[in-house]
Amino acid sequence: MSRIEAEVGKPKGGLMKWIDDRFPFTSTMKYHATEYYASKNFNIWYVFGVLSMVVLVMQLFTGIFLTMNYKPSAAEAFASVEYIMRDVEWGWLIRYLHSTGASFFFIVVYLHMFRAMLYGSYKKPRELVWIIGMLIFLVLMAEAFAGYLLPWGQMSYWGAQVIISLFGAIPVVGDGIVEFIRGDYSISDITLNRFFALHVIALPLALVGLVFVHIVALHEVGSNNPDGIDIKKLKDEKGVPLDGVAFHPYHTSKDLVAIIVFLMIFSAVVFFAPEMGGYFLEHANFEPANLRATPEHIAPVWYFTPFYAILRAVPDKLWGFILFGTSVILPLFLPWLDRSRVRSIRYRGWLYKMALTLFTISFLALGWLGVQPAEGVYVVAARIFAVVYFAFFLLMPYYTSIDKTKPVPERVVYHD
Amino acid sequence: MTKASAMNFGLPRLFLIVLTLVAGNAFAASEIELEKSGIDPGNVNSLQRGASNFMNYCAGCHSAKYVRYKTIGKYLGLSDEQLIDNLMFNAEKTFETINVSMQPEDAERWFGTAPPDLSLMARARGADYIYTFLKSFYVDPESPTGVDNTVLPGTSMPHVLWSLQGFQNAVYSQHEEKDAEGNVVAVTDHFEGFEPVTAGSLDAEDYDEFVKDTTNFLAYVAEPVRSDRRKLGVWVLMYLIFFLIIARMLKKQIWKDVK
Repeated sequence: MSRIEAEVGKPKGGLMKWIDDRFPFTSTMKYHATEYYASKNFNIWYVFGVLSMVVLVMQLFTGIFLTMNYKPSAAEAFASVEYIMRDVEWGWLIRYLHSTGASFFFIVVYLHMFRAMLYGSYKKPRELVWIIGMLIFLVLMAEAFAGYLLPWGQMSYWGAQVIISLFGAIPVVGDGIVEFIRGDYSISDITLNRFFALHVIALPLALVGLVFVHIVALHEVGSNNPDGIDIKKLKDEKGVPLDGVAFHPYHTSKDLVAIIVFLMIFSAVVFFAPEMGGYFLEHANFEPANLRATPEHIAPVWYFTPFYAILRAVPDKLWGFILFGTSVILPLFLPWLDRSRVRSIRYRGWLYKMALTLFTISFLALGWLGVQPAEGVYVVAARIFAVVYFAFFLLMPYYTSIDKTKPVPERVVYHD
Repeated sequence: MTKASAMNFGLPRLFLIVLTLVAGNAFAASEIELEKSGIDPGNVNSLQRGASNFMNYCAGCHSAKYVRYKTIGKYLGLSDEQLIDNLMFNAEKTFETINVSMQPEDAERWFGTAPPDLSLMARARGADYIYTFLKSFYVDPESPTGVDNTVLPGTSMPHVLWSLQGFQNAVYSQHEEKDAEGNVVAVTDHFEGFEPVTAGSLDAEDYDEFVKDTTNFLAYVAEPVRSDRRKLGVWVLMYLIFFLIIARMLKKQIWKDVK
């Protein structure tokens, strides 16, 4: 008897048996899909993981076709993008899918992370899932940053110039690091070429690898749910969790609906507002990079602005850079900062609910402030919101341990 | 300044940029409020007039080097013969792009700066910017070209359309800022409007139309695929709605017995 037959106890024949004798196909499908049980009461917050995957795949595919026509050289990059937009068959669609995909990647990833904060998905035993997820987020930021240089427009050039120069705030080695990253005394052809290599090979490879590990880790411990309870505690006679339904076909059929709704919103942007009022494609980026003309306004793309606002809120260069870096890294420590006995916000007390609300408001406000001029009342506001942002994390061990929690039910809450 | 020192962009200066030059309105290139161009991208007649305006008045100095004549012809309903007879003064084949014979080095020597390529100007600055710019040249005896522009002060572009619009003066009123004791601390000029000096061959209304058509054409060449994209978008959304209905029924069927 083959290994697989011993496992599932029913004889098989034909091609499937031939494959299964050589590759764990059926058992893998069972483990990750048809017998992977996730709670039946998933709500809308639970679609953003799968949507991130959809966007990732779309970015990879559109990226391949863009690479076929894009030229990573300072002399040709801008023109090759216009060539794609005008002369390559369907090039405009591929390019808009890719540029819109970049922004939507961050939208779905931010919402995916917020879900984890709502329902305590980072808490034990899912700490590793969360940490790997945070690494994905960091790599994604690097990927987006490298990609934004490639069209070689004014904002590509000057945005990169400003952001890379931030490393110059590091004492002693700062200037050396800046030169090392650029490979030149300013952003140049050399920088463009290496960013291209990072954007199309190194970082996507890291992303795909991390996403794979993220899912393996998740399937080891099982998905959380809006009630934050362990569905594996109560099982039927076959060992299936009472509140669980198989990922396939139950969650896949549900996710399909979510994917289509997502594609509708996504297509509305791609076909009717690909510039998104200058937020997804900045106006200044339709002018080729010119190192002799600094644009009047340099703003990073919207998805970096919450952290950028924190950077600008600090009057000191070095401290600005440190707090900017810290604000990005801090969520990594959530599993240990959160001392609450319960996971889900449904059973937490008013303290955490208030803290999360304030955090959400400050994150959005910082994002908005990051595109405003850094002057007067805007700076004051950015400082206030930055303090709230940091307080949410740093005071968390305190307020989550004294917060009055509600009793958690045995079974998930499910209406239908 | 040596090349190396020009390229070595100092950190303090960068921080100055970071701290002072970030703003929400990406179009805010000057203090002047831009006029709404009111262009109609679907108006093919306006686009045809705009194409002719562009080739006759702009293309002598400004290239549109990403734009092929053939692309224009397709959308504007012009045959190859019509393109060659009416628009292509500087090209032989319709697949060529709109280039200028003026060398950039010469242009820099003559004007101080090479005239920018206009392929993407409407996307970079907006249609309203182009529209207002073309209407905002005023007499300035101190400028080498005899004119300046309220939208882009210090522009090196001469008033190419003077024979159509005529010349105009910019009228400013002065505002005095006083401190508590009534002493004048600052005087600011406030732009009031324009006042014609000489008449052109077009009256104000016809000139506005001329500029509007030209702007419309520039907005079109900035993204020739715009109308195709919107048309396709409607089909894509209709397909997705249909697909959504099916997927929703499938989900309901599969989840029927989950209690």
